Amino acid sequence: MAANPMNQFNVYRIGPEIKLGNVDISFTNASLFMVISTIAILIVLNLGAKKKSLIPDKLQLLAELSYSFVSKMISDTAGTKAKPYFSFIFSLFMFVLFCNMFGMIPYSFTVTSHIIVTFVLAAFIFIGVTIIGFIKHGLGYLKLFVPSGVPMVLLPLIVIIEIISYLSRPISLSVRLFANMMAGHTMMKVFGGFVVSLGIVGGWLPLSFSVALTGLEILVAFLQAYVFAILTCIYLNDALNLHH
Amino acid sequence: MLKKIIIKFLFSFVLITKVQSAENGGMPQLNPEFWISQIVWLVITFGALYIILSKIILPKISDNLESRRSQILENIEIAEKQREESEDKIKEFDKIILNSKLEAKNLFNEARQKILDDIDKKRSELETNLEEEIEIAEKEIQNLNKSSAENIKKIATETSSGLIKQLIGEEINKENISSIVNDLTNNSKENRKNV
Repeated sequence: MAANPMNQFNVYRIGPEIKLGNVDISFTNASLFMVISTIAILIVLNLGAKKKSLIPDKLQLLAELSYSFVSKMISDTAGTKAKPYFSFIFSLFMFVLFCNMFGMIPYSFTVTSHIIVTFVLAAFIFIGVTIIGFIKHGLGYLKLFVPSGVPMVLLPLIVIIEIISYLSRPISLSVRLFANMMAGHTMMKVFGGFVVSLGIVGGWLPLSFSVALTGLEILVAFLQAYVFAILTCIYLNDALNLHH
Repeated sequence: MLKKIIIKFLFSFVLITKVQSAENGGMPQLNPEFWISQIVWLVITFGALYIILSKIILPKISDNLESRRSQILENIEIAEKQREESEDKIKEFDKIILNSKLEAKNLFNEARQKILDDIDKKRSELETNLEEEIEIAEKEIQNLNKSSAENIKKIATETSSGLIKQLIGEEINKENISSIVNDLTNNSKENRKNV
């Protein structure tokens, strides 16, 4: 019988149990794939950055294209003021992208399919952006909740809606990534289970669907990393250039 | 057959959901057992990634891009300079060609003038020579004319005296004969003129 499609999201300890005081910080399969993604990013980009030829080879082109891709994304959405945050957004984009892509390998683990991981990232971004906003504009940052050109009657309602939407940013940001990754991987597992349970006679339909789904999931893996990074840029833009 | 497959298809889905709900209560994501561990490792890996990227790798890539851009700009500048130089050279070249054309024209004109002068000189020389020769020839003709008239008269006198001697057997005074010949020749000249 087909395995439970949610089993792929199980986190289990690899190696000994590590305890810091009362807290369990053991090395798990999730940690393993975070480390693998990080090392893969560093290796690829380091190899790409090492050669300084005028006409780049494939790895150099990869590194430079991702650099200019993220750089263009930031300057398009947040302007030149966001330049100091380039490294962070680049790291964020690459980390999410590689975690998503490593999750596409069969029997691997998808780090970003866990709400706690995406939520920590999103919460960090949310808090960081809020701090930047208050540092740049002082209490004037609160004007973000008061859109211009709204009738006085509607203003209290609008302000409440704006505040709720602002506070829900970390949740929407984290749930979007987590839900996309989880749903996609669950779907693939379910269809894989159909292939097994229908056997050689009827398994072809879910198998072909599975193949198509793999392509779709690779697209989603890239797209969600992009969306995560570009939403970060948009939030950063709100904090840097206050023009609501 | 198709119906069977579809039924099996739907049935298997029901079966899977049943199995799943039987095995555990829900998503492993909501099990907080390893949350702290995940957070800690996320902070470690992402922090390391951020620090290494921002301090070591990204500056290198940015340097690469910058140096390429400046290299390309430099190359464009050099190319622009060379283009200007070549344009100047082309202008110079055109000038040289124009000058040499003018020179050639001058040379040609000079040579032509020289040849024309030469031809004129030679022609005039030839003409004077010809005139001289014509003069000489005319003189000779005149002389010949004169002398031939005398000779003819002489011959006519001698032959007529000879003829008379043969016919009559007597000598006649030569002066008479010559005067007759003179008359005759004058007559014949007048006749010719009349004709």
